[in-house]
Amino acid sequence: MTVALDDVDRAILRHLQADARASAKAVGAAVGLSQPAAWRRIARLQRDGVIRGRRAVLNAAKAGFGVSVFLGVKLASRGRVSLEDFERAVSAIPEVVVVSHVLGLYDYRLKVVAHDLEDFERILRRRIMTLPGVGDVESNVILTEEKAAGPRV
Amino acid sequence: MKMGVYSEFLLFSCSKILYWVEIMHKLDDIDRKLLRVLQEDASLSAADLGARAGVTATVAARRVERLERDGVIAGWAVDLDPRALGYEVSVSLRVTLDKTERRAFDAFIAAAKAVPEIDAVHTLLGRVDVRLNVLARDLAHYQEIYRSQILSLPHVLDIEALMLVSDVKSAPGVPL
Repeated sequence: MTVALDDVDRAILRHLQADARASAKAVGAAVGLSQPAAWRRIARLQRDGVIRGRRAVLNAAKAGFGVSVFLGVKLASRGRVSLEDFERAVSAIPEVVVVSHVLGLYDYRLKVVAHDLEDFERILRRRIMTLPGVGDVESNVILTEEKAAGPRV
Repeated sequence: MKMGVYSEFLLFSCSKILYWVEIMHKLDDIDRKLLRVLQEDASLSAADLGARAGVTATVAARRVERLERDGVIAGWAVDLDPRALGYEVSVSLRVTLDKTERRAFDAFIAAAKAVPEIDAVHTLLGRVDVRLNVLARDLAHYQEIYRSQILSLPHVLDIEALMLVSDVKSAPGVPL
């Protein structure tokens, strides 16, 4: 799964982490490559799956989602409920933006976004607590995001 | 102490919601279409972006500029696959801090942000206070980070770990 990267690749990735909208020309200038050479490297990093994409990062509150919550979910009757059924049902809820299968105190970690606390309560009660196999659920409301650096290159 | 934090949060969320109402009046269907496309793929040209939202390239570019100015678009990010970079282990650490220490939050967060292997830090309201995400090459590397960098973070009362088994869903941003 690991892709072999040289120092120039790493320099390109670090430059894009700092400035995701940089053109191939700007990236090339920063790492000492011509524009076509930088473009070819970036295209290869995309083809190899190192770069999954470039995205706009929205301010969730300003986009209308004032409340974000991490949920820890424990399944009630392990063995009797199929993980696939739970995963399919929980993934179909649009407000559940992240579903991670984890090992530890909980079976799944979810991130839920909602317009406000009332909206969150509705999603929690009507959509999440009614999912097949849901047992213990713990909510932690996100107050601030202090760091979102992405992986160290 | 708990009440204090809670009322602070209520004030904070009320002001946030008022702000949201104000901004929401300004976001129309075209804005939402543009944002929906951009949070999936920001590499499109203005012409392609406009076509996806049913407007001209000029209108799309002007709208994106305004959304950036208003802070709806907070920034731009490149999405790198941690596995392709050699990080096989991802652990979410749930941290409880010693709240009798007045400076606990600030001191802890400043120290956690300085650890390069910690790629995300969130402060929370709930049963735990802070969430950290740690990326490591393998379990031995994780153990080394945990012992040398995590256990030495200040004012920690308790740490629980959730180790990532698989990403079931990972939608970028918000469901506009």
